[in-house]
Order: sequence, then structure tokens, then C-alpha cells
Amino acid sequence: MQLIECPWCGPREEVEFHYGGQAHVAHPENPADLDDEQWAHYLFFRDNPKGLFAERWSHSAGCRRWFNAVRDTVTYRFHTVYRPGEPRPQEGPVPS
Amino acid sequence: MPEHPDFLWRNPDPQKAYDVVIVGGGGHGLATAHYLAKNHGITNVAVLEKGWLAGGNMARNTTLIRSNYLWDESAGIYEHSLKLWEGLEEDLGYPILFSQRGVLNLAHTLQDVRDSVRRVEANRLNGIDAEWVEPDEVKKLCPIVNTSDDIRYPVLGATYQPRAGIAKHDYVAWGFARRASAAGIDLIQDCEVVDFLREGNRVVGVRTTRGDIACGKVALASAGSTSVLTDKLGLRVPIQSHPLQALVSELLEPVHPTIVMSNAVHVYVSQAHKGELVMGAGVDSYNGYGQRGAFHIIERQMAAAVELFPVFARAHLLRTWGGIVDVTPDASPIVGKTPYDNVYLNCGWGTGGFKATPGVGWTFAHTIAHDEPHTYNAPFTLDRFVTGRLVDEHGAAAVAH
Ligand SMILES: Cc1cc2nc3c(=O)[nH]c(=O)nc-3n(C[C@H](O)[C@H](O)[C@H](O)COP(=O)(O)OP(=O)(O)OC[C@H]3O[C@@H](n4cnc5c(N)ncnc54)[C@H](O)[C@@H]3O)c2cc1C
Ligand SMILES: [Zn+2]
Repeated sequence: MQLIECPWCGPREEVEFHYGGQAHVAHPENPADLDDEQWAHYLFFRDNPKGLFAERWSHSAGCRRWFNAVRDTVTYRFHTVYRPGEPRPQEGPVPS
Repeated sequence: MPEHPDFLWRNPDPQKAYDVVIVGGGGHGLATAHYLAKNHGITNVAVLEKGWLAGGNMARNTTLIRSNYLWDESAGIYEHSLKLWEGLEEDLGYPILFSQRGVLNLAHTLQDVRDSVRRVEANRLNGIDAEWVEPDEVKKLCPIVNTSDDIRYPVLGATYQPRAGIAKHDYVAWGFARRASAAGIDLIQDCEVVDFLREGNRVVGVRTTRGDIACGKVALASAGSTSVLTDKLGLRVPIQSHPLQALVSELLEPVHPTIVMSNAVHVYVSQAHKGELVMGAGVDSYNGYGQRGAFHIIERQMAAAVELFPVFARAHLLRTWGGIVDVTPDASPIVGKTPYDNVYLNCGWGTGGFKATPGVGWTFAHTIAHDEPHTYNAPFTLDRFVTGRLVDEHGAAAVAH
């Protein structure tokens, strides 16, 4: 089991966390202007890279807060975690 | 176990051009090749496989075959497939150890019971064998199931599909490969497709680790790696790749005569021909391409298994492994045409595509040959995510194996 670094609580076991999929998927600013195709992409289509992926995690069995992480989908290693609202950092080690 | 024939398939070098290039030499790619030759007389075909034939999910799945899905669209394609399974050994002239030992899908809550009975009725309307069985009948069909009412998730009954079963996955792949090769189709291993050569709305060739290969049509059957390829085409598909794990016990005497699946406690079990208990659970929650998963998933699955089958507490775990499955938002596959004139897509079978192997090969070959969907894959278009005609089996069939 791997340790995941919660930005508020520090490293905790993986089972305390809940996965939330791709990060930085913004809700459409003017929903009424979207056509069906654009809605479909907002709702159903997500990136699925083999490599680094910016994604959402929630520390659901701890502080219960959401945060973002850049994780490698091949090695599963977390490269960095950051708080909501913060921009996606360049890849680098998890701050400790 | 039956002996293998001396000859399985030729191992040719790639030619310069083919009428059809199939990317991915798993069960689906090989079945598609077989039916292209058999049903449509198309044999100037190459199946390109980046590793070794059928070493992907085809080699890693738990081989459960059933067709008791709720929605008509799913019932259509999975039942078409099950009928093909029933004649496959003869068609391929190869032993596949297809064993129709039946599947029990357990119900643990009143809502489970209602959903299950609904699914049984829907199955029957589609001509699929299905019954609702009470706990005492569950016990008769599989005596080692714990049907006492003082466990956390008591067994309130089950749906039963007697024609469901298992098959020897490697033999299935080899049987298809042998027939496709004998028909003149080139099966090329160690040949990864890394890019596509495009002219406008057509793909005129594939770039591979063994050189460029021109093609008339391209069919993607690259489960688990679909997005990596569609990204190269600039084609967005609603797929997320997840690790899915399975495991086997040591060899045991025959104790487990059927397949038992439980969605609520999330484990499913069958006993392989040689005697191992074969078990799986659900996917790991996160995206992954690493062909392994998290250990706590296995721990939970074992806890569920031991509660349902107390006798397993003494069994030893022999090995665990993972595959990468491509999951769609409605837990149904995507099969058919793409915005490219001559590119065909088969993906998104998630955790349940082994059972579809002959059925999807048959219908995908039709789609490639005629440039139009077959009746059974017509509902599974890419544009259903735009039109909203989703085939949402998540709620309906839950554990999707
Ligand atoms: C643990 C586990 C248990 C499962 N249990 C069941 C079950 O009980 N019942 C069931 O019905 N289904 C089950 N499945 C799902 C089933 O295995 C898949 O849905 C099905 O195998 C997918 O089709 P395929 O056989 O063609 O895939 P694969 O065998 O994965 O074939 C895809 C092939 O494409 C190749 N490839 C990928 N990219 C490239 C490239 N760029 N160039 C060349 N080749 C490439 C891969 O190497 C691979 O061999 C399970 C899956 C797993 C992982
Ligand atoms: Zn926390």
C-alpha cells in the first residue's frame, strides 16, 4: 500500500483516500451556449494519459478535503500534491 | 489438459501493405481476423501485436462467460456471443474447454432481490435462460456458499443462468490464431503501432516498431491501450484505463461446481479445470497502465470471499496479477465506425469483454467488411455519448465480468 501525502495532514495510507479523476475540468462558464457535442465532452470525456496525470483526490477518511496531485499512471508514483485553486505545478518531488 | 497440435501459427515478417490491419493481437483482434476470413473471405490482413499474442487481458482474465445482462442491447451482443461459444470448439477444430457450469449472481438486500428478479424477467423476454433461485437452491447448486442469515451480507437468493460458464482463455486465443493463420492472415508479434500515417480523413498506414505498413482499413482492438492510440489520431474517446486484478489459489479437489458472483461484497469465484480457485473483484479506483494494482483491493476481496465461503479460510493464495481495462462512463463497449473514413474502433469492454470474444469478432468483422455496423454492435457507437443513447449497464449488471 502506498502513502499519499495529504497537503493538510501529511502522509497517510492509500485506503484513507478517494479518487476523483482528472483535475482542472472547469464547469462551462455559459452552460446554455454549449451544443450537445460540447456537453458530451464536458460530461463524459476525460484525458487518459500514459504517464503524468493531474487528478483529484479526497482525504475522505481524514480531513475530508479535496486536493490535486500529479501522479504517474505507469508507476503509480505521486510526483506532487497541491491545494485546490493552486495551479498545476511542474513535475517534481512531493514536498515534505 | 489436451495436447497441443504441432503447428499453431506461422510467424511471418510484416509485408509492405495489407487490405486490413488489426491493431492488437488479443482475443478480440484474433477473433476479428478469423471471422474476416471465414465470413467475408478477407484474408489480406495483418494482426499487429506489440508483445506476444494474447498476452494482454486475454491472458489475465478470469474467463467468466454469461449473457444475463439487463438491457436489450447488451443481451443482444452477449447472447449472440454465447451461442457462438456453444459451437466454437467445432468451428475452430481446437479444444477450448468451454464448461457450461452456470452462474449464480447473489442478492444480499431486498433491493438486490428486486433488481435480480427484474433482470431474470428481462433475460427471459430476450430468450436468455435465467431463473431466480432461493437460498436453499443456492446451497444445492453450490454447497460451500454460506447461506446462514447471521452474516453481514446474508444471501437472500440469486439469479441463475445455467448456460453460463468458463473456457480456457489461452486455448481460445490459440484456436482463433491457428485458424486465422491457416487462412493466410499474418499474425505479427513484437510489432507495436506507434503512430498513424494520415491523408485527410483516411489512415493510409501505420508506423510500427518494425517499419511502416500501408493499409486499406485499420481496426483498433487494443484493449487497455486504446487511448494511447486514439490520442495519436486526435480522436477523443470516453475511456479511462484502470488496473483490474485477479488471483488463484493452490490446486484443490473439486469443491465449487458453478460460478458465484456477488456485487455487494464484490468477489466472484470459479474453480478452474485443474482445480485452482480463480477470483477477482472490482477495478482499482485510479487510472493506471502498470498492469498491477493495490494490495488492499485483494485484502478486501479475500475478506468477502471467506465470509461467503468459510472453507476458503484454509486455502493458500498462489499468485495475483493485474490487467488494464478500458472503462467507459456507461460500462458498455464502443464498437463501430469513427470520424475517420477507414478506421474502426473496438474498445471499452472494461472488465467484461472476454465473454464477448467470438461475438465481437463476428460483428466487428462485419463492420469492417461492409463499412457499416452489424445489428448487434449498432447500439454501441461512439456518438451515443453525444446523443445520450447510453447503454448504462453499471446499475443493471454491476460487477461487469
Ligand atoms: C483480471 C481481469 C479479469 C477479467 N475477467 C473477465 C471475465 O471473467 N469475463 C470477461 O468476460 N472478461 C473479463 N475481463 C475482461 C477481458 O479480459 C477484456 O475485456 C478483453 O480481454 C478485452 O479484449 P482483448 O482480449 O482483445 O484484449 P487484450 O488481450 O488486452 O488485447 C489487446 C492487445 O492489444 C495489444 N496492443 C495494445 N497497444 C498496441 C499497439 N500500440 N500496437 C500493437 N499492439 C497493441 C496488447 O498488447 C494486447 O495484446 C477481465 C480482465 C482482467 C484484467
Ligand atoms: Zn487530510
